Amino acid sequence: MRSAGTLWTRKHLLGMEGLSREEIGALLDTAVSLREVNRRDIKKVPTLRGKTVINLFYENSTRTRTSFELAGKRMSADVVNMSVASSSVKKGETLLDTLANLQAMNPDVVVIRHPESGVLEFLARHLDAALVNAGDGRHEHPTQALLDLLTIQDQLPLLGQSRFAGLVVAICGDVLHSRVARSNAIGLQTLGAEVRFVGPATLMPSQAAEAFGATVYHRLEEGLAGAQVVMMLRLQNERMNSSYLPSVREYAEFWGLNRARLRQAAPNAIVMHPGPINRGVEIASDVADDPERSVILEQVANGLAVRMAALYLLCGAGVRR
Amino acid sequence: MENRSVLIQGGRVLDPAHGRDETADLLVVDGVIQAVGRLEAPAHCTVVQADGLVLAPGLVDMHVHLREPGHEYKEDIASGCRAAAAGGVTAMAAMPNTQPVTDDPSVVGYILERAKSTGLVRVFPIGAITKGLKGEMLTEMGLLLRAGCVAFSDDGRPVTDSGVMRRALEYARMFGALLIQHAEDLSLVGNGCMHEGVVASRLGLPGIPSAAESVLVDRDLRLVALTGSRYHVAHLSSGDAMRAVAQARAQQLPVSCEVTPHHFSLTDEAVLGYDTDAKMSPPLRSQADRAALLEGLAQGIITVIATDHAPHDEENKRVEFCCAANGVIGLETLLPVSLELVRDGVMSLSDCIAAMSCNPARLLGIPHGTLGVGQAADMVLFDPEETWTVDARQLRSKSKNTCFHGRRVKGRVKQTWVAGRSVYRDGHD
Repeated sequence: MRSAGTLWTRKHLLGMEGLSREEIGALLDTAVSLREVNRRDIKKVPTLRGKTVINLFYENSTRTRTSFELAGKRMSADVVNMSVASSSVKKGETLLDTLANLQAMNPDVVVIRHPESGVLEFLARHLDAALVNAGDGRHEHPTQALLDLLTIQDQLPLLGQSRFAGLVVAICGDVLHSRVARSNAIGLQTLGAEVRFVGPATLMPSQAAEAFGATVYHRLEEGLAGAQVVMMLRLQNERMNSSYLPSVREYAEFWGLNRARLRQAAPNAIVMHPGPINRGVEIASDVADDPERSVILEQVANGLAVRMAALYLLCGAGVRR
Repeated sequence: MENRSVLIQGGRVLDPAHGRDETADLLVVDGVIQAVGRLEAPAHCTVVQADGLVLAPGLVDMHVHLREPGHEYKEDIASGCRAAAAGGVTAMAAMPNTQPVTDDPSVVGYILERAKSTGLVRVFPIGAITKGLKGEMLTEMGLLLRAGCVAFSDDGRPVTDSGVMRRALEYARMFGALLIQHAEDLSLVGNGCMHEGVVASRLGLPGIPSAAESVLVDRDLRLVALTGSRYHVAHLSSGDAMRAVAQARAQQLPVSCEVTPHHFSLTDEAVLGYDTDAKMSPPLRSQADRAALLEGLAQGIITVIATDHAPHDEENKRVEFCCAANGVIGLETLLPVSLELVRDGVMSLSDCIAAMSCNPARLLGIPHGTLGVGQAADMVLFDPEETWTVDARQLRSKSKNTCFHGRRVKGRVKQTWVAGRSVYRDGHD
């Protein structure tokens, strides 16, 4: 953790794009060090005492917001939550004005989730506060990718791997609208893993192979063949029964993960999901609940550690900015 | 009385309409071009030394948005004309998506009156194809032409209904009028806000496929074959649409098209970093599309360069990318960016200037864009070698939304005349 701090010189955490292998390593190492705090009886350290973190959420979120809130509080930061319903956005204030007002109160970190892609880069150009991307449109969700990477890293020995290099990861479902898929694809490739995108053609980004260096599959069985990590994506309610998909029934039939399909994957393959899961749609309950294969709850636990690490590093621990 | 007699000495006189490209003197008397050749200065005549400079017809930009009436906070006729004069543009055709829409002779009259009283350069209104740009009922094209319209377009929106487009073409044909289509199939555009491709995928922005343009151009070309009417594609952006136009022209259909400097010089990579000044409709496209547009210019399939000058205030640009307004300004960068085509060997200087002068003038049926003796002296004098850096803050347009900010360009307007009257002089405003 001491050494990790010196590797981290960035002001913001805007996305996985551009992060080096060493920077990802610094974040994961810091998260591993901080993970221990969450297992104590007294789950609080004074590390960020006197620091202020604002969570600004323009989209509904329970777990991510709670995770950031707990992350700040366990390190003794003052955490303020603002959600769209209670903010002045409803009064017609522009995003930039809202942020400028928050900045005037001198927070150390502002955590933002927003439905439009690119909002964080836009704000970073105009503001001084340190920003953490908690999900912008379909663009990036770096802390989700980091917690996924940490979860995979924990499982590497069981998967017969010593490193990410050569690991086969299948990211399955609505890749088009998924910031989780984008951030994971970028981070995994930086670490040397082989990434597959698996999903219906209507839910695949244009020129996905070229854009992300991923191999694209439209049949789940083929995409799963030999995969060591199976990362299922949530099918958003608004995509069901739209021009993207004829029906939930058809989606579950062709792209839902069940026991039989999981047998196509590598023998010890782990199953991941960013949550919240649609049971019986993209993932069958017996797979999601299988302690031998599913690491979904480990992901949640690691999410807290990764967000502690992000706040810790951005609050200037050992940083030479 | 202002002296509208001037002798421009020793410049390279370039008049594509008459195939002239030679070092010569050009004499203007009372606002009219009197003679070209080796000339002596008559008495009471201003003399301009033009050694090393190019004297060309004042540029004709057949696609601008002047925002007056209705959106004067973005641009008005006076400020748009100042920008035009500084860019060497002496005549422009103004799109009808104003407030109110230019779908009624009274609005045409208003624009012409404002241009006369406040404008430095010539303004030619383009009338709407359909009332309120709604794509439903045809406008009074006959009356609008009589009031001063030079073409018709619903620019900003396509005429989507095939039946309406067919009737519009048939109706316009009776008057020999030109229909200008903003060609986009809106159902393929969807909620897209940039070109669909690798960059959009990386940025997580909803994309607009090139097919959104070519699908509509293909349809329209069938309707042109059916009706025989004059049809022009605005701001062509895709290779497929360019090839469709090429084929139609090869079949002798009365079809033409224009390209903007941003579409032939930039690609979707300009959007990286979510730069809202690289957001416009149609969007900047792929390198392959851009290459096709350059090929279209080289082959003489694309005969017009137009700016689609679309001013937007900062409040509509300094926002989230998807929420930002579409459009960029272009009048003051038209000439230098287009001269890159000459430098890169895409087309000759003469063809390049023709695409910004006599070619659009001919399509619009206006007596400009040439340096013929007896013509009104609308002229631009520029230094083809002078290098400068585009600085949005220095531009005269009310809005500063240029996608060329910071670009090193070559070619600078030194002076602009409309009917012999100097409307811009470099370093004198």
